[in-house]
Parts: sequence; C-alpha cells; structure tokens
Amino acid sequence: MNDADIRAILPFLVLSAALTVIVLGIAVRRDRGQAAILAAIGLAATLASLWPAQAVAPRQVTPLFAIDGYALLLMGLILAESLAVVLLSQAYLARQEGPADEFYALLLLSTLGALALVSASHFASFFLGLETLTIPLLGLIAYPRERPLPIEAGVKYLILAAMSSAVLLFGMALVYARLGTMEFARMGAALAAFGQGPQILWLSGVALIFSGVAFKLSLVPFHLWVADVYEGSPAPVTAFIAVVSKTAVLGLLLRYFLAAGIFRDPTVELTVGVIAIASMLGGNLLALLQTNVKRLLAYSSVGHLGYLLVAFLAGGTAAIEAVGYYLVAYGTTTLGAFGVVTVLSTGAGREVVALNDYRSLAWRRPWLAAVFILMLLSLAGMPLTMGFFAKIYAAAAGVGRDAWPLVGALVAGSVIGLFYYLRVVVAVCLPAAGEQTPEPAGAAGLAMATLAGLTGILVWLGVYPAPAVDLIRGTARVFGMQ
Amino acid sequence: MILLWLILVPLIGGILAWIASRSGSALARWISLAALAGELLLLLLPRPAPYGRWLAELDLPWAPELGIRLHLAMDGLSFVLILLTAVLGIFSVIASWSEITERVGFFHFNLMWTLAGVVGVFLALDLLLFFFFWELMLIPMYFLIVVWGHERRIYAAIKFFLFTQGGGLVLLIAILTLSILFMRQTGTVSFDYMALLKIRLPPSTATLLMLGFFIAFAVKLPAIPFHSWLPDAHTEAPTAGSVVLAGLLLKTGAYGLLRFVLPLFPEASIHFAPIAMALGVTGIIYGAVLAFAQTDLKRLVAYSSISHLGFVLLGIYAWNSLALQGVVMQMLAHGLSTGGLFILVGALQERLHTREMGRMGGLWAGMPRLAAIAMFLAIASLGLPGLGDFIGEFLVLLGTYRIAPGFAAAAAAGLVASALYALLLIQQVFHGPPHAAPAPPDLAPRHMLVMGLLMAGLVWFGLAPQPVLDTVAPGLDNVTAFARQR
Repeated sequence: MNDADIRAILPFLVLSAALTVIVLGIAVRRDRGQAAILAAIGLAATLASLWPAQAVAPRQVTPLFAIDGYALLLMGLILAESLAVVLLSQAYLARQEGPADEFYALLLLSTLGALALVSASHFASFFLGLETLTIPLLGLIAYPRERPLPIEAGVKYLILAAMSSAVLLFGMALVYARLGTMEFARMGAALAAFGQGPQILWLSGVALIFSGVAFKLSLVPFHLWVADVYEGSPAPVTAFIAVVSKTAVLGLLLRYFLAAGIFRDPTVELTVGVIAIASMLGGNLLALLQTNVKRLLAYSSVGHLGYLLVAFLAGGTAAIEAVGYYLVAYGTTTLGAFGVVTVLSTGAGREVVALNDYRSLAWRRPWLAAVFILMLLSLAGMPLTMGFFAKIYAAAAGVGRDAWPLVGALVAGSVIGLFYYLRVVVAVCLPAAGEQTPEPAGAAGLAMATLAGLTGILVWLGVYPAPAVDLIRGTARVFGMQ
Repeated sequence: MILLWLILVPLIGGILAWIASRSGSALARWISLAALAGELLLLLLPRPAPYGRWLAELDLPWAPELGIRLHLAMDGLSFVLILLTAVLGIFSVIASWSEITERVGFFHFNLMWTLAGVVGVFLALDLLLFFFFWELMLIPMYFLIVVWGHERRIYAAIKFFLFTQGGGLVLLIAILTLSILFMRQTGTVSFDYMALLKIRLPPSTATLLMLGFFIAFAVKLPAIPFHSWLPDAHTEAPTAGSVVLAGLLLKTGAYGLLRFVLPLFPEASIHFAPIAMALGVTGIIYGAVLAFAQTDLKRLVAYSSISHLGFVLLGIYAWNSLALQGVVMQMLAHGLSTGGLFILVGALQERLHTREMGRMGGLWAGMPRLAAIAMFLAIASLGLPGLGDFIGEFLVLLGTYRIAPGFAAAAAAGLVASALYALLLIQQVFHGPPHAAPAPPDLAPRHMLVMGLLMAGLVWFGLAPQPVLDTVAPGLDNVTAFARQR
C-alpha cells in the first residue's frame, strides 16, 4: 500500500480516528455536548478529507475498494446527511434521560459502514460494509431503552436484518460458485465466457443478493419491517435509516449492477421492474391508510424507492445521473421531514407523530410548518423544490427506455401519493380549534438552523438544478474501474 | 426583460404583501393592488414594436444540462390573456377587501403567486418551463381554497388538485416522450417549442402524444368527462379564488390547446376534431341543463362556466379564423361576465350568509344596484347581442357552421338553455316575495367601480370588437402558420 492508496482511503481513516477519539473521550469524561461536538467535527473533517482523496481518484485500493468519483460523490452525500442527523439530534438527545454519548459513536460507526459500502468493489467489502452499517443501527433504534416501542423495533430489525444477511451471503456463495470471482469488475467477463444459455445458478445468486439488498431498501415485498421500525425508532434515527442506509445500499447496488454487467440480463431487468411497480403502487396505497406521520413517511419512502428503481433501470451513466440527483433530492427532503418530527418531539417526552398533533401547526409554529409543507410538496414532486426535477428524472428514465408499465405505475403512484401528502398539508393548515397562541420555539436552535439550511438547498436546487447536475455529471465520467 | 418582470412583479408583490401584513392588513391589500397596477402598466406602456413573430421574446439558459431554457415569448394571444389576468387580479383583490379578514397577508401571497403562475403559463415557450408554471399555479390556488374556502373546502380542494395534477402528470409524460423522440431524431436534447415544432412523428405516435396533451388541457378547460372537479372547486373557493379559477385557470387549458396541441400535432388534431367538437357541444348542453337544475347560486354560475367553455372547445377544433377569433373573444368575455357574477354571488353571501336561491328572493327592492348589475351580467352571459359574450358565441357558431352544421345547430340549442338558467337566476333571487326582513346594504362604492369597469368592458367587446380581434390576429396566425409548416 503506497502513499496514493493512503490518500485515497483517507476518509475511512479520518472517520475511524474521529470514532476512536469519541470513545476515548467517553472514557475520560461523560458529557453529551462533548460527544456531539466531536462527532460533528469528525464528520466535517471527513468531508474535508474527500478533497485529497479526490486528487488521486479514480484509484483501486486493494481489490476491495474502488475510490472513484462516484464513490466520493456518494460519500460526500452520506457524510453531509450524517452531519445533518447529528445537528438535528443534539437538542433531542439533550432532553432524553440517560447517557447520550454512545449514540454519536454508534452513528459514526454506522456512517463508516455506509462509506465502505459505496466504494465496495468486491463481495467481501460489500458484506463488511453492510454489516458495519447495520449492527450499530440496532443499538441506535433501541437507544431509548426504557421505552417498549424502540425495543420492539430493535428486535424486529435485528431478526430481519440477520435473515437478510444470511440470504445475501448465500447469494454471494452461489455467484462465486458459478463465476469463480468475487470482484465485481471481473464478473461481467466471467459471465460472458459461459456464452449463451440459461444461467440458473448465477440467476439464483443474483436474485438472493437482490432480495437481501431489497430488504434494506424496504422494497415491496420486503417492506414489512419498515413502518414498525420507523415508528419505534427515535426520530433522528428514523431519519438516519431512511436516508443514509438507503443511499449507501442503493449506491452499492448500482455499482454492482453496472460493474458486473447485470443490466444486460432481461430476466433481472424484468424482476427489478416488477418490484419497482409493486413498490410504487404498494407503498403509496399503504401510506393512504396511515394516521401516524412516521408510518406515513415510511410507506411513502417505499414508493420513492420504487421511483428510484425506475431511474436505476435506465442503466449506464444515465442511471448514475438520474439516481444521483434523485438521491440528493430524496435525502434533503426526507431529512427535512423527519427533522420537523424531531424538533416537535424535542422535549415533548414522546414522539409527536399522530396526524392530530400536526393540526393547525401552521398557526402555532409557522416557520416549522412552512418547512414541513415544503418538504411534503417536494415529496409530491411540486415545482420550486428538488422533488420536481427528481420526478422529471425518474419519468424521463422510464420514458427513455419505453418502459410504459413502469411509467404508468409512476403516474398512478404519484397521484395516490398526492392524496395523502395533501391530507397532511390540510391538517397543518387547518385553523386551530381553540385559542391560537404561537408556541415558544423551544431550545432546538441548532436543529432549526439545520432545517433552514435543508430548506434553502431544497429550494435553491429546485429552482436552479444546474450545480447539482454538473457535479453528478462530472463524477459519472470518472466512474468505472474496469 | 419585460417578460421576466411580468412574472416577477406579482411574485415579489406577493412576498411584500405577506411581510407587510404584519403592520396592517390594509397595507397588504394596497401592495397587491400596486403590484397588479404595475403589471398593467408594464404591459400597456411600452407599445411593443413587432419583433418578428413575437411582440417580445426572452431566451436564457436555465438548466442547460437538461436542455431546459428560460424561453419566454409574447404574441397577441398571450398579450390579451395577460391583460385579462392583471385586470381580473385587480378585481379579485378589491372583491376580497371586506370578505377576507383572517390571515390577509398569506391570502394575498397565494393570490399573487397564482397570478404569477398563470402569467408564466401564458408566456413559456419551453415545454418544461411551461409545465413548471402549470404546476406552480396549482399550489397557491389549493391553499386559497383550503384556508379561506366554504363548508366543504377540503374535499373540493383535494379533488381539484388530484384532477389537475393527474392531468399534469400525463402532460409531463407526453412532454418527455416528445423530447426523447426529438433527441433520437436530431441528437440534441431540447424542450424548446420552436425546435420541437420541427419533429416528424408517425401518425400513431402523434395521436397518442396529442391525447396526452389534450387530456391535461381538457381537465383544466374542463371538457366533459373531466369536469367534475369544477363545480366543487368553484363553489367552495372564496370569491377571489372563484374569479381566478373561472376567469384565468380555465383559460390556461384553452391556451394550451391553441399554443401546443394544434401546432405540434396538426394532423392528429384534424382527425381528432370531430370527437373534440362533440365533447364541446355535449359540454355546452350538459352545463346549461345542470346549471338550470341548481339551487346553489354559486354552483349555477359554475355549471354555466362548463357550458361557456364548451364553446371554446368547439371553436378551437372548428379551427378556422372566424371560430378562433370567436374563441378568444369568448374567453375574454367569459372572464369578465363570469368573474363579475362570482363577485356578486360573493357579495350576496357576505350579506345573507347563504348561497341557496330558495332562501333569497325579492332582493331587488332592497339592493337595486346589485340587482341591476346582476341582471346585466346574466343577460351578457346568455349572449345578448351588443355584449361581448354574443360576439364570441356568434363567431364560434359561424365558424363551426362552415365545417360542421350539425354541431353548430346543437350548440345553438344550448343557447336556449342558457337563457333559461340566466332568467331563473334573476327571477328566484331578485323577484318574488322578500325573505330577508331587514334589507341588507347595497353594493359598496368600490364594488360599483369594479362592476362599472366590467360592464364597460363587456359593452366595448360587444360593440367594437375589432381592436381586440386585430391585436389577437397575429397570434392566431402563429397557431395556423406553425400548424401549416408541419
């Protein structure tokens, strides 16, 4: 391992160092504020370390990690999202009982797993990253351990995550048995060497891998855990699962499919298409029935992952661009929405999630309501928000491939989606039943500033998407280590 | 740059009005009025010198990677429609002067942003930019209905949003398909109207795409199978919302048909014309018959809109210069007469707290000014010669008669029904035994001013329509010329 290799994996090193510092800090002195500050500094330093890494990219570091523009872009996105989660959770945790220091250590460890995942180019690093991402999540989900709901959610996630990992491993074994390699880049060639004919072993392997990944992405029919876990987790953790874990896993899936040449297979394409349609329709229909905002957002995220799969299926650099923009939009919007839930739950002693709690929010806390409405409109794909261009990207990807069933499901899903987003917007805008006194803003100043930043990005890139598109295009060019 | 300002002035005015409402709601109203007056000046003062095809044009990059440009242009057609937007905007602000008392700043913000979206729709020449404004105008309109509407406002607002948004998504798919086909032919990514006019499509594809565009615009217009959102939305909206919905939002559907469907898909449109004209005639008769059956005054006016917009659809697909001139005249006159009727209904509701015609009656004695104006507007809307609506309907019928005498005859039958409901309205509300014991106050001076201007406009359109028709003519020539190039 030479100098350039070290620079390429600098983000991993910096983040691991930050993690160590936090753990050591806990050993010296227990202090909530100290851990939060260290975590924020660590994430910011890791973000800064992307620049030296970018100077040597694209670079293959051992067969395990491909540090290319694509990986760095998603790393940047993931780090920014983690940073936002840290900022959002600071006030929330400060009002909780019990120690909060380990929360940040777990969060950073999970982020490290996500970074490994998006740069993985080998089954070993794939699995390693996934487990590093998942296992700290269990601790994060069940963090308020005196409450029953988080414990239940944690156990549920533990069992299903373990099962999906087993399925994933078995799939990897099958693919390895058939192709004799675990490096993504060699798989395409190995597969082509077998020539025409059905590839039952390989197909089963890919199907099992996809199932394991689809569990993490909560695609229909692997979505059964999503509402319970979203509901049971503390609001900032929900945001983290919804955003960071999904970004990382989808980023990995796209690299695996592109590098291993899986897009060329019609059976796989058909299966992914069917799952996309099921997710778009199923997720949105299930969301219709919810009166709990977290559960509603959970099922809405199932639908959004369905739209993302439509963009994903575009294949090639078009897929990188569409998925990239969609991920940025989805990340900003989802963080914003769960951020509002976090701020409302801060100091409330419970999770503020019932639709009734949001009644007439616009007249009690107008700024928070404005942010929430903008986020919901972005989820619905309305103009002036990033969701508008994300919707156009997904639709254009479907139309570009003449995939009319996908496009039809996208339209149907969006219309259903509008209905329940509007229901929440209506609740927020309803006049208050009794007196209308503006509530005190609470002590969540940092979280409110984060929300303001997210809203600014949402509107700026929603009106003028060129900077984001430029960045993503630029990285798409340096993709590929083959 | 004037074109950009036409969009920016209401946007900025809306934000200022919202901010200013903290120090008094009157200030918010005055700021909105000033912004709209500025819009009017911007439109009228610099007599635009003809600039090739367009009176004015602006073409800037917006998201060049995606092939989206900030391409705005104005011809005679957009000019008169934007003029109508500014005028009806001023009337809406005045009409809600005493009706809206809560959250005045946010109300004017939404009103102004709707108007800005409408202006954007009338100006955009890039298809995705058009779609951007098309969706942008929905959100503030939705808030207008949800927050300030009447009893069943939530149901109405969600229905309105789902219908138009469903149509909008179909439009988006059609736009994207068109652009991708264009890219496959020429290798360049573009959503530009002038570029896409050059695309060559196989007939079956063109028909499908044409239907995609048509559905979106027919929902907005509304044409018959897609109309059911309209009575609810118009009835439940506050007065200003109804005026903007009927006067402007419906016109964006007609504008879309004229600007995009006919020029982009001329052959497919010709084949589709009989069906569209049949839908138009059905709308004329259906709207008039249902208006006759209503007991809610506002619903009556709403259904009469379906009937009037049926003439617009009929005229567009009759597609000769007479009918198209009639279409524009009908749009302007309907904007004024129906807008006026909605303002009157709003004034009545403010005074009587009901819209049920059964609980009105004998109001002529108590409020002669309001009653006389209602009489005038009802008669205008039934198409009395000498007033604007007559010119519109007559020209449409004349143009249609040359193409399809049967449709023209059936549409003329709809005129008879419209006389019925207009007279029913007058008879039930203003004649007969009085219901309200103390006579409510008559119209305030500011209402009288609005109504005077409205009536003057209708008389002007009715007696001397030629200046309007001359202004619009080059715009309509654009429609036919673009279509002929194909």
